[in-house]
Amino acid sequence: MSFKKALSAASPLTLRVVAECPVTKARACDLVLPHSAVSTPVFMPVGTQGTLKGITVDQLEGLGCHICLGNTYHLGMRPGPDLIEKANGLHGFMNWKRNLLTDSGGFQMVSLVELSEVTEEGVKFKSPYDGKEILLSPEKSISIQNSLGSDIMMQLDDVVSSTVTGPRVEEAMHRSIRWLDRCIAANKNPDKQNLFAIIQGGLNAELRRTCLDEMTKRDVPGFAIGGLSGGEEKDDFWRMVTLSTDHLPREKPRYLMGVGYAVDLVVCVALGCDMFDCVFPTRTARFGSALVPWGSLQVKQKQYAKDLQPIDPDCKCPTCKRHSRAYLHALFKSDTAAMHHITIHNIAYQLTLMRSVRQSIVEGRFPEFIRTFMKRMFPSRDQYPSWAVDALASVNVTLE
Amino acid sequence: MAGSRMKLELSRVVQGRSRLGVLTGLGRTGQHSLEVPGCLLYTHFGTVPHLTQDTLHTLSDLPSVTQVTLSHVAEHQEVLEEFKDGFRKFAGLHDTVLYCALHDPAAACATGYTTNKTVSVWGSGGRIELTVAKFMALQKTVQPDWYQSMADGETWQSNTSRKRVRKSVDRTLAHLDECLLEHQKSQELEGVEVFGVVEGGDILEERIRSAKETAKRPVAGFCLDGLQTGCMEQALRTQLITAVTKELPEDKPRLLQGVGRPDEVLACAEAGVDLFESFFPFQVTERGCALCFDYDVSPDPERAGRAPPAVLELEENRETPVVAQQNGDLNLDERTQMTSFEIDLKDKRYQDDFRPLVEGCGCYCCKNHQRAYLHHLLVTNELLAGVLLMIHNTAHYLGFFRALREALAGDKLDLLKRRVLREGGRQTERKD
Repeated sequence: MSFKKALSAASPLTLRVVAECPVTKARACDLVLPHSAVSTPVFMPVGTQGTLKGITVDQLEGLGCHICLGNTYHLGMRPGPDLIEKANGLHGFMNWKRNLLTDSGGFQMVSLVELSEVTEEGVKFKSPYDGKEILLSPEKSISIQNSLGSDIMMQLDDVVSSTVTGPRVEEAMHRSIRWLDRCIAANKNPDKQNLFAIIQGGLNAELRRTCLDEMTKRDVPGFAIGGLSGGEEKDDFWRMVTLSTDHLPREKPRYLMGVGYAVDLVVCVALGCDMFDCVFPTRTARFGSALVPWGSLQVKQKQYAKDLQPIDPDCKCPTCKRHSRAYLHALFKSDTAAMHHITIHNIAYQLTLMRSVRQSIVEGRFPEFIRTFMKRMFPSRDQYPSWAVDALASVNVTLE
Repeated sequence: MAGSRMKLELSRVVQGRSRLGVLTGLGRTGQHSLEVPGCLLYTHFGTVPHLTQDTLHTLSDLPSVTQVTLSHVAEHQEVLEEFKDGFRKFAGLHDTVLYCALHDPAAACATGYTTNKTVSVWGSGGRIELTVAKFMALQKTVQPDWYQSMADGETWQSNTSRKRVRKSVDRTLAHLDECLLEHQKSQELEGVEVFGVVEGGDILEERIRSAKETAKRPVAGFCLDGLQTGCMEQALRTQLITAVTKELPEDKPRLLQGVGRPDEVLACAEAGVDLFESFFPFQVTERGCALCFDYDVSPDPERAGRAPPAVLELEENRETPVVAQQNGDLNLDERTQMTSFEIDLKDKRYQDDFRPLVEGCGCYCCKNHQRAYLHHLLVTNELLAGVLLMIHNTAHYLGFFRALREALAGDKLDLLKRRVLREGGRQTERKD
């Protein structure tokens, strides 16, 4: 479907499944959003405060990124939705011409701030800047995201840590459904902004099933798999992921939140996920950790002081085309630009990985890709993480 | 020493002092040139602060000479020696002339470590002591196109005795002679230019002595040291530079170290300085400020293709120009304190100011972003603030030097001074 056609269909999101892996649950799709088309599987870098740390929008565009994240909690605090609206939305404010996804602020409620109280109304918390009490309700979250003008908005969900068990998990799951409905009702721009639901239910298969059954009854353009990637056992993690994708509609995108390690990405694509986000690649870059097909490289370590190779000789990113590990190692002692070089490389790594994954799905050789990928990443078979082996086996990929 | 390829071609000399021209014959193959008065490209270990090559090259007309300092390089001597192919290649630099200086002009320098035979630089791991031998070994591994000879410039403290100043002159001359000796013996430094360093603190006689003596040596040009911002009033600096340049050959360039503020640049260019270090935009960036002073003196403000940069409003409660300090007191605050040439983007007034930093500025930052966004980035401590500000501040500063050259060419120096120093009334506000 052409880009123009897609827009005129009056839906701010269209998903076209381009290829499906006959062996695993993986798909390659074209996701058409208001600002541009996105090829999936896709990794979305996180630009929390209306910027990807140290990187200009031109550089991000140059790396082939078509969608990145902004953070409703942070931006809602500073500079606030009113100012951003005046600036023509977050796109206008940061001058990003492609797509933006904003989360609801829910996760930050749990991870960052002193949580006062979660009630049916919303999440009450204390502002870290002036100590005032603020209520983040589904309506408020959507209102902020409407002001931000993101192409994809996330519902406010009742976020519970994945390590929590007991009745709280069930309560949160049911509340998330009710909050989804309130978010849908509150969305002022359904023709321009896509609201995604977030499947909850913790690590409880039954609860997850209930949530899936209920949420898929709502006509939302996409679904996120939430409540995972929070420190739970990987063995539980992948089972919830695959359970979720089993019960999500084929023709809508599946967004697995908070997943960004290379192995996790490849496995979860095999389990049927299309979209991913994670702060890890960009955050670890600032500590000098460069991502490579065989793991990672701590550029600040002494062993690289005289290493004249680029980070990855096969990488075509601006950093690897021009600079050696030795130069970057030394530069870390002199200037912040060292971080930017690694950030660029890590984003390039993630985007290239997903591009290769997609290509292999399109060409019908994804299982082979997985095997090659794992061989490169781990020195030997017995170092393959067992959860990954199990997860892949569940979708018919055996690793020798 | 092999015939110097570096040539200063002067097209104008104004009132016998300020000069306009081109420094040609730069680089190993002599194909680069640098207009004077002009500035060098300031770097930290070969990197313009905050910038990767992509962001750096959003700037047009970069100075053809890149400055690197031993304070950043010295601790990597071993690595560079093993690398063998010189700093330029090691850093993946673009096609540029490489100038190697001793001290980072933007970094405060601790005192008390200089001896008759050594000077010290401070790397990330602490103090590194340099003898001439080590200094020259470093030059051989860095393989610059041109470097300043080792110098003792520790004369900026207020209680520097005459004896100490005299010593700095003597030592610096001794270091120069040793450097030149080693230079002439070294194959690796064939074709590399050396600048002598004129010292003398704030003592006129010593300054003249240093200049006279240094001029006797076969150097390609002269660095003027010990005159940095914060160290003395501009009036004294002008007096000293005027006296020094009288003793220096007209056809060799003069590089002033440690001075970068626009008002000081103008005064020193008038006094006969050709080259400056461009660390000032970096300092402005680090304090979250943006250069915005007006330097346009063209007759038609709406000249085709380029609108003049202008301060968009008369800033109330502006910082007054930095008050001069007592002679000899290195006021470190003066090096880092905000000047009247910039705006403080952290100020609340920019929160919802959706105009570019400077109207008409063609830099990447001004073409793509607004004051409100920069304000947000600074308030939230985001790394991108440094990137964008460095781009803009560098662009603005380079534009200022271009304006200076044009003013000299068109006999408009006085007009430029009035514009930059904002004497003679309000800035006009440009309508959008």
